[in-house]
Amino acid sequence: MPKSFIPFLTAIALLASLLGATPAFAGKTLDAIKARGQLVCGVSTGVPGFSAADSSGTWTGMDVDICRAIAAATLGDADKVKYVPLVSQARFSALQSGEVDLLSRNTTFTLTRDASLGLSQTAVVYYDGQGFLVPVKSKIRSARQLKGLTVCVQAGTTTEKNLTDFSKSQNLNIKPVVFEKIEAAEGAYFSGRCAAYSTDASGLASTRNKVAKNPADHQILPELISKEPLGPMVRRGDEDWTAVVKWTVYGLLEAEENGITAANVDTLKANSKDPVVARLLGTGDDTGKLLGLDKDWLARAIKVTGNYGEIFERNVGPHSALQLPRGLNNLWNKGGIQYAPPLR
Amino acid sequence: MRDPGTRWRSLLYQALVLAALLALLFWLAHNTREQMQARSIHSGFDFLLDRAGFDIGESLIPYNADAAYWRAFAVGLGNTVCVALPGVLLATLLGTAIGLGRLARNVLLRALCGVYVELLRNIPLLLQLLFWYLLSTRILPDVAAPVQLGPLELSKAGLSFIQTPGATAADAVDRAGGFAPSLSPEYLALLFGLVTYTASYIAEVVRAGIASVPAGQREAAQALGLGARQVLRLVTLPQALRLIVPPLTNQYLNLIKNSSLAVAIGYPDLVSISNTALNQSGRALECMAVIVAVYLSLSLLTALTMGLANRRAALRAR
Repeated sequence: MPKSFIPFLTAIALLASLLGATPAFAGKTLDAIKARGQLVCGVSTGVPGFSAADSSGTWTGMDVDICRAIAAATLGDADKVKYVPLVSQARFSALQSGEVDLLSRNTTFTLTRDASLGLSQTAVVYYDGQGFLVPVKSKIRSARQLKGLTVCVQAGTTTEKNLTDFSKSQNLNIKPVVFEKIEAAEGAYFSGRCAAYSTDASGLASTRNKVAKNPADHQILPELISKEPLGPMVRRGDEDWTAVVKWTVYGLLEAEENGITAANVDTLKANSKDPVVARLLGTGDDTGKLLGLDKDWLARAIKVTGNYGEIFERNVGPHSALQLPRGLNNLWNKGGIQYAPPLR
Repeated sequence: MRDPGTRWRSLLYQALVLAALLALLFWLAHNTREQMQARSIHSGFDFLLDRAGFDIGESLIPYNADAAYWRAFAVGLGNTVCVALPGVLLATLLGTAIGLGRLARNVLLRALCGVYVELLRNIPLLLQLLFWYLLSTRILPDVAAPVQLGPLELSKAGLSFIQTPGATAADAVDRAGGFAPSLSPEYLALLFGLVTYTASYIAEVVRAGIASVPAGQREAAQALGLGARQVLRLVTLPQALRLIVPPLTNQYLNLIKNSSLAVAIGYPDLVSISNTALNQSGRALECMAVIVAVYLSLSLLTALTMGLANRRAALRAR
């Protein structure tokens, strides 16, 4: 049956799981993952740089690296992850119903999602903002020139609402054409149906690089019309698991701040006299115990994925295919706003 | 004549089954609600009165982002009806023509109609819709240089009346209070795809209905001196209709339900708008319930109307 029934199926799945009347998940997620020997991670259906499967079925991207780091921290093996690709309308239902342990799928943190979906937001992995992609030859150089024009967007995201807010505040009367699948929205834009394509700026870079015949023919407009803090979400009610996810992300940021990389983690672990580094790598205070993990949890994660900076560089940074500047996602002491609370 | 005991017993069984069914439904609703509350997932239909906050590309009724969710659903329903109603009419006309063509004496016409039916009904509808949509957005000229068809112009923005020179599309929208009389490529592709696909089935229904009228009827009419058209109108069709109407109802219902494939090609039908509402509000079960209720009502309404038509077409013993 058509894709339009995916949300319907997830609703059924949600209903079915709710009827199962299993007791609350509190405290159980980590135990279940350990017992299963596998982390189930909800990812996108294909956003290169964040989560996308290559021709051999290997998943890569920033969101995927977060899953891998958490699997390394909790299970000791970054490959023990099952990736479940989810369309945007199905993602929250999949997490609510327990189909996935973790939603690491370029998902924006908002009040509605935090307060009414039975989900919890963890740490921000990527600070993004919604932008517009337009053909260079269209002579549109500012989002304010989109008056009365059509904009292609994907359904089931915060994009539609941001677009409406922007259109209203600037009195632009932008007409949205909404597609269920990202591929259809991109296809309609590149065939000329819409004057612009709109999604998070990182997604625009990804689309331009992936779909455009000649990426230089399309440009991302300078205005970002929204704040889009993207990061992993978990089910509400299991604060222990929330803490594991949150502190793994913080740990990767702390590792960058303290100069720990995938290459030097073993040397530092053996030789470093710095108490902060020792604490991060499990040779000093045992932070793992407090999270229900062992001492080496963070060292293992760093060894597999590298620190936050390495993850960024490899997947989306200036030298990757997406060529996104570090910008807001730089560490707080290097001009960005990535600031992890201390691991102690 | 059954004895009263049997009658009471069967009534009792029916009542028991009904009670069990109601109890099951109640339990389902109750348990779902309880579990959702336990997981602090908000539920209920109160969100229908909240501000929707998203724009919709095309709408029959006045709508803007400040309107309530129920109004967004109403827009979706309007858009679905807006494609289903003309779809049913056009598919009936095209299907009848092709069905008659398959019975024509002209070999070429018969073969062409046969090819049409086999081609259209054997390719998945979703594929056809994507094909028509991508084709239309690829081959149509840019908005800046539309093709003129009499008083209309056709471009990537769709089919619309030619606007006075100098006025931009945005001005026209402002003047018309947000309503521009034009048909989007999404609408056209959906309508075209649904009509051509459903017509291939209707053609077979019509052909079968006509073929079922015994040849003797036609021959007798011809012997009375009726012309070919009169035979069709007065003798063949009235008898064929009895067999055509019930399966035709199925095709109408299919067309209405298939219109939900609009989500794939960006037409804001009920399902598409519900998807957005579902995501904005997080009320998954409630939005699905609205979709189910609307399609069920539309289908039952269609079935009811066709039931009346069927009664008129049915054989009346005199």
